[in-house]
Amino acid sequence: MKGRLKVALVGNPNSGKSSLFNRLTGLKQQTANFPGVTVERHIGLMHLANGTQAEITDLPGLYSLYPRSLDERIVSAYLLNHQSPNCPDVVVVVADATNLKRSLLLLTQITDVGLPVVLALNMIDQAAKAGINYDINTLQNLLGVRIVPTNARTGYGVDDLKLALQEKPISRQKPVYILPEEVGAAVQEFREMTGVDNDYEAYQLLEQPAAPSFLSEQQKEMINQVRKKHHLFPGKYHGAETIQRYSYIQDLLDRVTIRQADEAWKKYSYRLDRVLTHKVWGYVIFFAILLLIFQSIFSWATAPMDWIDSLFAQLSSYLNAVLPQGPVAELLANGIVPGIGGIVMFVPQIALLFGFISLLEESGYMARVVFIMDKIMRRFGLNGRSVVPLMSGVACAIPAILSTRMIDNRKERLITILVTPLMSCSARIPVFTLLIALVIPQRTLFGVFNLQGLTLMALYLLGFLAAVSMAWIMNKLIRSGDRSYLLLELPPYRLPRWGNVGITILDKTRSFVFEAGKIILAISIVLWVLASYGPAQKMEEAEQRGISQSRTLRLSEEETHDRIAAMQLEQSYAGHIGRAMEPAIRPLGYDWKIGIALLTSFAAREVFVGTMATIYSIGSRADDENTVKSRLQQEINPETGGPRFTFATGISLLLFYTFAMQCMSTLAVVYRETRTWKWPAVQLLIMSLLAYLSAFAAYQLLS
Amino acid sequence: MIRNLTHLKPGEQGIVSGFSDEELSVKLMEMGCLPGVTVRYNFSAPLGDPICISVSGYELSLRLEEAATVHIVQ
Repeated sequence: MKGRLKVALVGNPNSGKSSLFNRLTGLKQQTANFPGVTVERHIGLMHLANGTQAEITDLPGLYSLYPRSLDERIVSAYLLNHQSPNCPDVVVVVADATNLKRSLLLLTQITDVGLPVVLALNMIDQAAKAGINYDINTLQNLLGVRIVPTNARTGYGVDDLKLALQEKPISRQKPVYILPEEVGAAVQEFREMTGVDNDYEAYQLLEQPAAPSFLSEQQKEMINQVRKKHHLFPGKYHGAETIQRYSYIQDLLDRVTIRQADEAWKKYSYRLDRVLTHKVWGYVIFFAILLLIFQSIFSWATAPMDWIDSLFAQLSSYLNAVLPQGPVAELLANGIVPGIGGIVMFVPQIALLFGFISLLEESGYMARVVFIMDKIMRRFGLNGRSVVPLMSGVACAIPAILSTRMIDNRKERLITILVTPLMSCSARIPVFTLLIALVIPQRTLFGVFNLQGLTLMALYLLGFLAAVSMAWIMNKLIRSGDRSYLLLELPPYRLPRWGNVGITILDKTRSFVFEAGKIILAISIVLWVLASYGPAQKMEEAEQRGISQSRTLRLSEEETHDRIAAMQLEQSYAGHIGRAMEPAIRPLGYDWKIGIALLTSFAAREVFVGTMATIYSIGSRADDENTVKSRLQQEINPETGGPRFTFATGISLLLFYTFAMQCMSTLAVVYRETRTWKWPAVQLLIMSLLAYLSAFAAYQLLS
Repeated sequence: MIRNLTHLKPGEQGIVSGFSDEELSVKLMEMGCLPGVTVRYNFSAPLGDPICISVSGYELSLRLEEAATVHIVQ
């Protein structure tokens, strides 16, 4: 990685930072981990005109180096870790030109740490529209940083920004914040102890309430020593520092502002707010938008999903027909291809949902959703900000849980993480649709409502109710001294930029396919092996029995093959595992075949359909016309002689899948985000119990 | 009686004169809500809480209990 220029992109939320990042790097983006900590970061590559390669890190938005949320802690630690080889060579501070004052607080903190800064004065067109005019040359001289006016929406100034990055970075010489005399000695002592090479950096480490993660235990101990000796405590001068910085900034702005903003440019936003946060219309519109989103996920996404499904089914049967018979062909056609198909099938839904969420965020509406939902969410121990993760949870819990980082209160964030997996994610959709099609009749109620559709909606509602109820209980159980804040900026409404929406969709979909895909693919291979092999002697016996039974029944060659395969499946390793589980799941109305599907579903619930396909296709490999659904319909319960999938079994399975925590990737993410196995374990336990008990109750009542 | 942000009516303005909560004041000041700065009460959320104010050239939403810690003079 030598010779690369390391650029960090920081700025307030809503400053257009991500748009600028997209402009600079286009699609050359990837996610990587911060070294040492498993926190994802967005990096992008770009070439400068002089041939230098630059690596840009897009950091979460923040207001100050004093962090409030986990997201902000990450940025703060990144900028303060001066000695790290990852320390940026230059920091681009992206500022909203219509609201420069607040951005300059962050900027002066960063220059005080000694990092070279380029200020991107973004949304310069809006500032012009609002009547704002700055004397940029004077501002540049007084601040001691390079300034480039940009408009990330049109790409204006992006080339100038690249040129500015080529030049030798300049650092502001004189600190903006004059450290209080009393801390001078403490800072000096701390610098000598640790080798920190900048006064303000040392001061930040002494002032911040939680020591950044990059410090060693020894260094943390040094902080405590110095604090004790000099009677310091975290945040002692924080207020005074902010006031001093703002007075410098106000003075600066007074000198460089040629014309002030004319508030009239926001009148459209005000008018929109009057409707969108209205007592009645506010909620009506929000729920209408939710309805639209769900409607589109279920109707618009089904066509491409069916197409993908049949494409993979065709590929599977094509491989079966073309490849010479043998374990390799079997694994490919019945294990790997259906496994990949099961992942790719979700892409349309995930893409649509993230497209909508990104649209709402880009337009500024999401902040209003937080605003109107905050009071309601607070009753359940959540925060208005929890709405975004809960909504994203309908697509996939993994990115949803990652998005809880913007919730600054630890308890509210934890509760949001714990309940998000109860929201019905898109991985449940194929399970739901398959089972609903099996056991719910295709009927119309009151002339308009489709009974199957209503069932699906009821399941979503059930998941949501379970989520808020669990939040309410958790709120009573978890103690926390942290105070809960809102303090949320309501940015002006803006037209979304389609490019940004597109990149978000690509990014989220890609990470879903690879994150969840790895596990699902591995499971489908393991499953295929378990279902195809068994103890050699038992498998041999099963084959013999199948042949002799077929002879007495005078079955055709194909039927004979099916019978042998079915008997072998029962004797395979998977069959043995399923049989062993049977006593536990019989009260729920399941047999050992469903047991295998349940077991594999604990890795990822979408595996259910694939597992069913695998288990049943092993039984009858030649008929590619048969869909999973019709195979399941033909399945007979040997005890009753009736169909295996009765109404009671179907409902019991639907409830089980609504509540169960069946996703290893989610558990892994929860572990990563809470840094303890306690919470994923709690989640797994509570959700499994809920799933088992409700499925049990449903089956016993209905059968 | 000391007036605070929640005493303003929609559209009314005031000047921040102090805070009654140390911990919160630091965060408010970082967000540009400083002593001497003009604030305007814009509107409240449908359930009366939180509220939206204009301060330092942008719109900030905060809960009633948070707004009550901001002292103002008119």
